[in-house]
Amino acid sequence: MIPPAFEYLRPTTIPEAIAFLQQHGDEAKILSGGQSLIPMMKLRLARPGYLIDINRISGLSYVREEDGFLKIGGLTREAELEASPVTHKYPILLDTAHVIADPQVRNMATVGGNLAHGDPANDHPATMIALGASVVATGSNGERVIPIENFFLSLFTTALQPDEILTEIRIPIPPARSGGAYVKLERKVGDFATVAVAVQVTLDGSGGCQKVGIGLTNVGPTPLKARKAENFLQGKKLDDVNITHAAQLASDESSPSADLRGPVEYKKGLAKELTKRALVRAIERAGK
Amino acid sequence: MAKKQSVQLKVNGRNREALVEPRLLLVHFIRDVLGLTGTHVGCDTSNCGACTVILNGKTIKSCTAFAVQADGAELLTVEGLIKDGKLHPLQDGFKQEHGLQCGFCTPGMLMSSYALLEKNANPSEEEIRWGISGNLCRCTGYQNIVKAVQYAANKMAEVKAPEAELAGGVK
Repeated sequence: MIPPAFEYLRPTTIPEAIAFLQQHGDEAKILSGGQSLIPMMKLRLARPGYLIDINRISGLSYVREEDGFLKIGGLTREAELEASPVTHKYPILLDTAHVIADPQVRNMATVGGNLAHGDPANDHPATMIALGASVVATGSNGERVIPIENFFLSLFTTALQPDEILTEIRIPIPPARSGGAYVKLERKVGDFATVAVAVQVTLDGSGGCQKVGIGLTNVGPTPLKARKAENFLQGKKLDDVNITHAAQLASDESSPSADLRGPVEYKKGLAKELTKRALVRAIERAGK
Repeated sequence: MAKKQSVQLKVNGRNREALVEPRLLLVHFIRDVLGLTGTHVGCDTSNCGACTVILNGKTIKSCTAFAVQADGAELLTVEGLIKDGKLHPLQDGFKQEHGLQCGFCTPGMLMSSYALLEKNANPSEEEIRWGISGNLCRCTGYQNIVKAVQYAANKMAEVKAPEAELAGGVK
């Protein structure tokens, strides 16, 4: 399959890339890892007139803790995230990076692209929702910070303006007694999730729930924040009854569509079961 | 037509240069422009891994990258594995352990295995299976591919051990 023709632009600085975006508007697309964009171009689902290749912009690839945040550069490859010693302190991120596509794709695919693509089937969105992350959008008016829960607007549509680039992801460093997990059911390596659930929890002094974030993958037009389940668990004891009830609430909030991966009822059932498993694993990790 | 772009890169240790359309995929550049047809186009949808090559030390699927992105890079394809007319231990392993039947996936399998052994000289079976998880084989059932990689790892360790001894290194 041959992608449609496009003009290729290769800026070496962020201002240069933004100038190209301003110049070409809707006709331009950012080429980051390209692991979603190139397949979409081959299928003619995307036909950008201009590709702005940001891979030669230096200083956009890093994983570091700074000012109370874990900061991930927008161009950080999934394989780099997986290999970074800093990531090992965040098991939920390791869980996630580990199940994205396959080794070759992870060598190219970027964390920023995984979010900016706006695909509810991608894995990082749910994880970032669970972690209460924000993204930094850099445009002609400088930087702005967008909370992840306001970032995904609809299928393949995000809050990024046409002249903005996602340059950084900021995750608040979790306090003590925190743990997270990402549990994904996929038919085979490299497939999108049938359903996946991300949970990040902070326990209070007596083992109850001080704070919880729950994100759901591929069960709606956007990545979902399971607010009802989160609100229910707040301040509660994390016993089987409450976990099961929260999992049911998360499943009720989901609105999957039937496809090759299964019918709606099956996916709703999975949302419940995987929420339960993710909660149990996150709580276990928080207790360690 | 879109403006053509110059691409200069090192392929299997040799400098190559061409003027290409931006939309030219890396796999087509390798096969049709460079004439290196060892790299295969399999699914063309980033699933099967038959087109796997090593770009700047990392495996990628060359059906899901543009040739222009490889400008200035070092590229290793399956043709680059052979040294002084001798098969790479991995190639020998695939032969000895019957790690292929139809052979279509083999170039990609070799490149993924090569990258794995570069990082991890003595992988466990699970690590090998993880290392080739982005490559599909519809013939072998993977058993003999795993054996072939183990064969190569052992051979490469045997070669290294005497070298270390000669250099006064630790056994």
